[in-house]
Amino acid sequence: MSRETKQILTTDGVPLEVSLKKAERKNKIKAFLLVAPLLLFLLITYIFPIGDMLMRSVDDKMVTEMLPKTFKSMEKWDGNEMPPEEVFESFYLDFQMLVEEKRDGRLSTQLNYTKNGFKSILKKLRRKAKNFEEGNYKEQIMAVHKRWADVEYWRAIKRRAPAYTSSKYLKGMDMYKNEEGKIVNVEEDRRIHRILWLRTLEIAFFVTLLCFLMAYPIAHLLATLPMKYSNLLMICVLLPFWTSLLVRTASWMILLQQQGVVNDFFVMIGLVADDNRPEMMYNKTGTYVAMTQILLPFMVLPLYSVMKTISPSLMRAGKSLGGTPFVTFWKVYFPLTIPGIGAGCLLVFILAIGYYITPALVGGASGTLISNQIAFHMKSTLDWSFASAMGLMLLAGVLAIYWIYNKLVGIDNIKLG
Amino acid sequence: MALPKYTEPHYRIWHYVYIFICACVFFFLIAPLFVIFPLSFNAEEFLSFSEGMKNLDPDAFSLRWYKDMIYGTKNPWGLAAKNSFIIAIFATLGSVLLGTVAALGLSSRHMPYKGLVMATLISPMIVPLIISGVAIFFFMAKAGLAATHTGIVLAHIILGTPFVVITVTATLSGFDHSVTRAASSLGSDPVNTFMKITLPLILPGVISGGLFAFVTSFDEVVVVLFLAGLENTTIPIQMWTGLREQLSPTILAVATCLIILSTLILVTAELLRRRSERLRGINR
Repeated sequence: MSRETKQILTTDGVPLEVSLKKAERKNKIKAFLLVAPLLLFLLITYIFPIGDMLMRSVDDKMVTEMLPKTFKSMEKWDGNEMPPEEVFESFYLDFQMLVEEKRDGRLSTQLNYTKNGFKSILKKLRRKAKNFEEGNYKEQIMAVHKRWADVEYWRAIKRRAPAYTSSKYLKGMDMYKNEEGKIVNVEEDRRIHRILWLRTLEIAFFVTLLCFLMAYPIAHLLATLPMKYSNLLMICVLLPFWTSLLVRTASWMILLQQQGVVNDFFVMIGLVADDNRPEMMYNKTGTYVAMTQILLPFMVLPLYSVMKTISPSLMRAGKSLGGTPFVTFWKVYFPLTIPGIGAGCLLVFILAIGYYITPALVGGASGTLISNQIAFHMKSTLDWSFASAMGLMLLAGVLAIYWIYNKLVGIDNIKLG
Repeated sequence: MALPKYTEPHYRIWHYVYIFICACVFFFLIAPLFVIFPLSFNAEEFLSFSEGMKNLDPDAFSLRWYKDMIYGTKNPWGLAAKNSFIIAIFATLGSVLLGTVAALGLSSRHMPYKGLVMATLISPMIVPLIISGVAIFFFMAKAGLAATHTGIVLAHIILGTPFVVITVTATLSGFDHSVTRAASSLGSDPVNTFMKITLPLILPGVISGGLFAFVTSFDEVVVVLFLAGLENTTIPIQMWTGLREQLSPTILAVATCLIILSTLILVTAELLRRRSERLRGINR
């Protein structure tokens, strides 16, 4: 180092570099302190609970804690033949404990998830167990019901021993771990979840496509019309956007019902016979129509804001260079709107994939989506761990879409309204 | 949209087809809302147009469903409206407060880990509502806040803040920071500077973020369905139950009121947007 750098000092004699760094750090802390309250609030009430969902979805401690002695004695059992007397005895003791604490109902629900048929035999066992004599529990339990003498049921209990399980995720994909511990598909006629996942993707895809096809022309019109007309037409986009989702769903229920306005109109113009009105609600048609209309503004607004920035002179230049209007549109205008298309499609697709209210009201059985299944398990079956698992699978899907989008278009290219 | 005289015929036809397509889409967007108005004045108990209504017979129209909405026996709408407004107002205040302060920090160029923090702050807007609903429900159940107003307000603050953060950061992006420096050089303390200088300038953004938060809370049904007990019923919950169980025209009367409310909000939001653009010097 030949060149000597002269240290610049501030008035109080501190090197400028140090003083600047100190000020910088102070600014950083100041900025962070402003963000901290909201960040902390969201971490506690929102981000950690999502982590809690993850714990719940793999957590299987419930059964582990209900049958502690049984699982301890089962450790030595290889699972090939009927378990030894020791297992029966500890199972009897565990079970009596649960009956005393009135928790045996939960056990039967849980075991029934693993294998059907536990509910009735546990009920029977509870009744008979009162009169059990001490010793030789194996024969006494096996005499209660022939299924207690079936080694399959004991293997099913043993499968619930680990405190963590992937079974909820497998169930969400219509798979399960069989007796040998292999992952297999459930029978063809019971694969309800795969159908739902595919249907969710299908509906989200086609709703996005329909929204795009409808939004593109009107966004273009709004962006090219003179201000005084476009402001008026913009209301047609913004009013639905600000109106309650339930109000809009209600209006579709009125329109699409069998005696509704749309059917009346079809009868009037002679498209369908009065006694043969088509079902347009409580099926996929209803879901498609209502969701497209409800999500359309989310496609129009990003498209509009991008198109608004495209100078009309570009189109004129293209034409003056000899392009026909269609060629100029395709080669010049369309590529410039891609950020808007990307933002709109991403927004609509992600909103559609997690839609719940509209499909539940107008979808019927064939038009419901995966969200409806999650809500069903949260509210009706109370299988919260399964609901969490499905929710996280959906979340993983959504994050994957963001990731792919970021790779393809770049998340910074998004422009919102 | 007048076409130049020299336009060739097939482009001329295409242009009219294009206008026609646009008209159809606009009709599809807006027409469903207008079905609700006339049907809410239906004198009969059906949700379709009666013969009398089609012939514009005055007897076929009545205000009975509006009366039922306000005075009906055992009617849930009064309580629901009260709850909805209380929850929405507190949720809006909370979101605006937390969101604005966070946006101030976020738009500082000294903010560390900006991308990650921003992603976290707007995550409630990105994650599908049903998942947010499940997660928030788990938290509120553990904290003993399920089926309380407080729980619902907190949930709506979570859902509302991203909108405030986004609108206020957008407003601050055009903000001239030299005015705050000028204020401090003239001896003003940071709080005073914020109240007297920054806040008035970013107010349109804050208010429109607040409007978003208000509407989000006022319309929100997915999370409330998990959280609310009988006491915490809100307008969206009542509509949801009504639409699922007994579809009565009273719902249409409520819907009409809600459409009027959203029109008012739309007008306010638009006026604010224009004012904000004027203040930021963006001319369109």
